[in-house]
Amino acid sequence: MGGVAGPVGLIVVAVLLPAIWAGVARRLIRTALLLSLPIAISVLLINVFFFPGGQDILLRIGPVTATREGVAFAMETLLRIGVISGSITLFYLTTRPSDLVLDLERRGVSARLGFVTNAAVQMVPSMVERAASITAAQRARGLDTEGGLRKRLSGVVPIVGPVILGAINEVEARTLALEARGFSRPGRRTLLWAPGDSGIQRLVRWLIVVTVPLAIAIRSSGMLAGFGG
Amino acid sequence: MTLALHGVGYRYAGASTESITGVSLEMRDGEVVGLGGASEAGKSTMCLVLSGLAPRAIKGVLSGTLLVDGEDVTAWPMHRMAEVVGTIFQDPTTQLSGVCATVFEEVCFGSMNLGLARDKVIDRTYAALDAMGIGELAARDPSRLSGGQMQLVAIAGLLAMRPRHLVLDEPTAQLDPAGTVLVADALAHLAAEGASILIAEQKTDMLARICSRVLILESGRIVLDGAAEDVLADARLDALGVPAPSAVRLRRALDAAGLATDLPADLVA
Repeated sequence: MGGVAGPVGLIVVAVLLPAIWAGVARRLIRTALLLSLPIAISVLLINVFFFPGGQDILLRIGPVTATREGVAFAMETLLRIGVISGSITLFYLTTRPSDLVLDLERRGVSARLGFVTNAAVQMVPSMVERAASITAAQRARGLDTEGGLRKRLSGVVPIVGPVILGAINEVEARTLALEARGFSRPGRRTLLWAPGDSGIQRLVRWLIVVTVPLAIAIRSSGMLAGFGG
Repeated sequence: MTLALHGVGYRYAGASTESITGVSLEMRDGEVVGLGGASEAGKSTMCLVLSGLAPRAIKGVLSGTLLVDGEDVTAWPMHRMAEVVGTIFQDPTTQLSGVCATVFEEVCFGSMNLGLARDKVIDRTYAALDAMGIGELAARDPSRLSGGQMQLVAIAGLLAMRPRHLVLDEPTAQLDPAGTVLVADALAHLAAEGASILIAEQKTDMLARICSRVLILESGRIVLDGAAEDVLADARLDALGVPAPSAVRLRRALDAAGLATDLPADLVA
């Protein structure tokens, strides 16, 4: 299974070990699996059964065949998806958005950019809550959101519409509130504290800065071709 | 310091008529002015104009002048207006920044935007939390508070900016009676310290409790303007879509039953 060693190494070293150290391994695994499950299923099905040029047939179901090459490629892709979803989940489980924004501002990034970044992150749970309450309200008014696929699809519009319109209204109202609180003032805001930044955190950041370009260079040069990288 | 409107009208972009027309008002230090009126009477528009948000953040055409200490502030940018006029709206969920992890950070947000010294920001934040009686919420996640608690946090954030004038658009709409009383007491305290306050409010009991002067709007025009006790006892209030305060309604009921003369005047005033 060429190309598996790299993603496996990254999952262990860059995702699982830091997650265990931070005490979030269980939540990380659950969240990362939930995040990547839909795309993982499609990747698995497409590559196992429709991998172009696969010769070594493992299984035949009517007109489609599962090949060993397809399984190998699907595994490699799944592990890469695992690295991506795992590292993103690790970041959000270990970093308070407000700390991220504060640190970006401290390093000279515009407060607006930091705010937009933070607001985008915070908006996800807010939208989920809004969708849940609108779903409950629509069901209380007789909307059937359960049953067959057709029924479920027809129930989407009365929920998605209010969710999006509500979010737009909320953005407008929040913009006014921010303006009223002096957010558009030019110049630097007062920063009250700096997020904790231990020696090990600085060391890891520098390791990332050094190793990522190095990995890209090695990969581009084909030096690990013999290892399936 | 004074905050004044002289012959102000405001027409929203795309609207064919003005939402407020020919409005003149002068608010002095320590004065608490109540603003009443039926829905769509123009209360929120007047708050937006006084705060400077209209037309800076909400597009439209402003006629007449908005004056701060006699200076025409038409050309002031919004952040400068925010330093002088603090504004709160009725929906507490949209008053908060949405990006702060704790109530303390949320209350700091406005004064941090103003670039004040760190110690000053912290002192003002503690003072504002105390003034609103929400010191025990300081470490809580603002997004997990009740609507009433959120509004108290929003008002505390406003207080921490120490604007000389406050414009509040139905700030107690989502508060319970205890929260309403807390806000009313905090506003009365601020007025005693010299801030001028305009409060648009459907709850006339609240206006009767803290306002020295009350204006009533109808179709964007001021139709009643005077001392709070006079305006809130005016027989035309019901016709203007404004319920009289409970004390006034009680007096009327007692009058109708022929009982009022037996009670001390201050009990039902």
